Amino acid sequence: MTPEYKEVLTELLFQLADDDFIHAFRGSEWLGLAPHIEEDVAFSSINQDTMGHAVIYYKLLEDLGMGAADDLAHLRDASAFRNGVLLEFKNGSGEYLDSPQYDWAFTVVRHLFYDVYKKIKLEALKQSNYEPLANAARKILTEQTYHLMHWQTWFRQLMQSTEEARARMEQALLRCWEDMGGVLTYGQYGDEMTALGLIGSEEALKNTWLAEITKLFSEVDYKKPSDEPKMAHGNGRNGEHSADLDHALKILSEVYRSDSQASGW
Amino acid sequence: MSDQTVKEEILQVLQTVKDPELPTISIVELGMLEDVTVSSGVVNVTLLPTFSGCPALDLIENNVRSALVGLDGVKEVHVHFSFDPPWTTDRISPEGREQLKAFGIAPPPANHREGDPWVIECPYCGSDVVTMENLFGPTACRSILYCRSCRNPFEAMKPVARFDFEEK
Repeated sequence: MTPEYKEVLTELLFQLADDDFIHAFRGSEWLGLAPHIEEDVAFSSINQDTMGHAVIYYKLLEDLGMGAADDLAHLRDASAFRNGVLLEFKNGSGEYLDSPQYDWAFTVVRHLFYDVYKKIKLEALKQSNYEPLANAARKILTEQTYHLMHWQTWFRQLMQSTEEARARMEQALLRCWEDMGGVLTYGQYGDEMTALGLIGSEEALKNTWLAEITKLFSEVDYKKPSDEPKMAHGNGRNGEHSADLDHALKILSEVYRSDSQASGW
Repeated sequence: MSDQTVKEEILQVLQTVKDPELPTISIVELGMLEDVTVSSGVVNVTLLPTFSGCPALDLIENNVRSALVGLDGVKEVHVHFSFDPPWTTDRISPEGREQLKAFGIAPPPANHREGDPWVIECPYCGSDVVTMENLFGPTACRSILYCRSCRNPFEAMKPVARFDFEEK
């Protein structure tokens, strides 16, 4: 493995790990707050599974000598994180333990956008010339189908429900569109990732995502915004993040930072 | 004692290591055991995780180790998890499928392919007149259903198909 290959591979693995990790953390903040008990059970399982996907990628980084998986998840500064900014946003106003006014429509749309893309990306990663990554993608893909079904169901139902539901969903769609571009990008090393045979091109995957989302939109009679998905709050792939990421890291790593022995079981 | 004899003993003992979340079924019947090698008393066990977010993996690893440490001829035990090949539900043995039913869980279809319809039979009465209550049950690998025939709630293990083997 050349130093250049390793550097670019590491960037890609941090993007994959951090996307799943931060996304699963925000999902886990719905525990006990989801719209109904069945959703609470289902969403918890999904978050736990997604966290497991992050663990797989952090372990691959550990195997490359980047440090212990738990340390990578808990001890890096926000600027070292490579997740898309959309995934770090708070679920709504308030705090988990203090008047959480979380936005379910935003959560459904964010999960749908992300999970449609995650499946496309995993399909591409099956062809990666880094064999451990291709194996991980095959494994995760067997589960991703179920995650995606879950959010498609919510999306279709809420988009065709009451006027209020439709209005809230449309608002969430516009908000997620503003930053989905930051999930669809590979960041500054994108061209190298493709040239080195790690993953198919950013452009091709983005176009597949646009085609699949447009198809879902047309099923519920919604017109795709005419402009491209943007990254209004910065490019997380290059280490640009919102204050919401600091907020997330402070909470999720609180125990680990205070006593690293306390987090095992 | 020869390595081969030790290996046979180990395979027997692993039959007693159960999935912590499915206490009637062993990890062997569940199809998690991919490989066992014994070389001069050093044992390497390779397991395939079922669902990757499964929190029982650490427990299973420890249970495998404690079951094998102390056996005659065993000096060291190493447990590895691998994704190659990915675990799929067709690895569950016929005995494993029966034991899932005994635990109130409908086994996944035996030879599921991606895109196949998922026909689920009630583990209690065998009827397929059932309704899906929740795709994600108490664990990521299970769903919650209700049998319209015998009127029992039950769970079903999700099919995980070998959809991409031929490409590899």
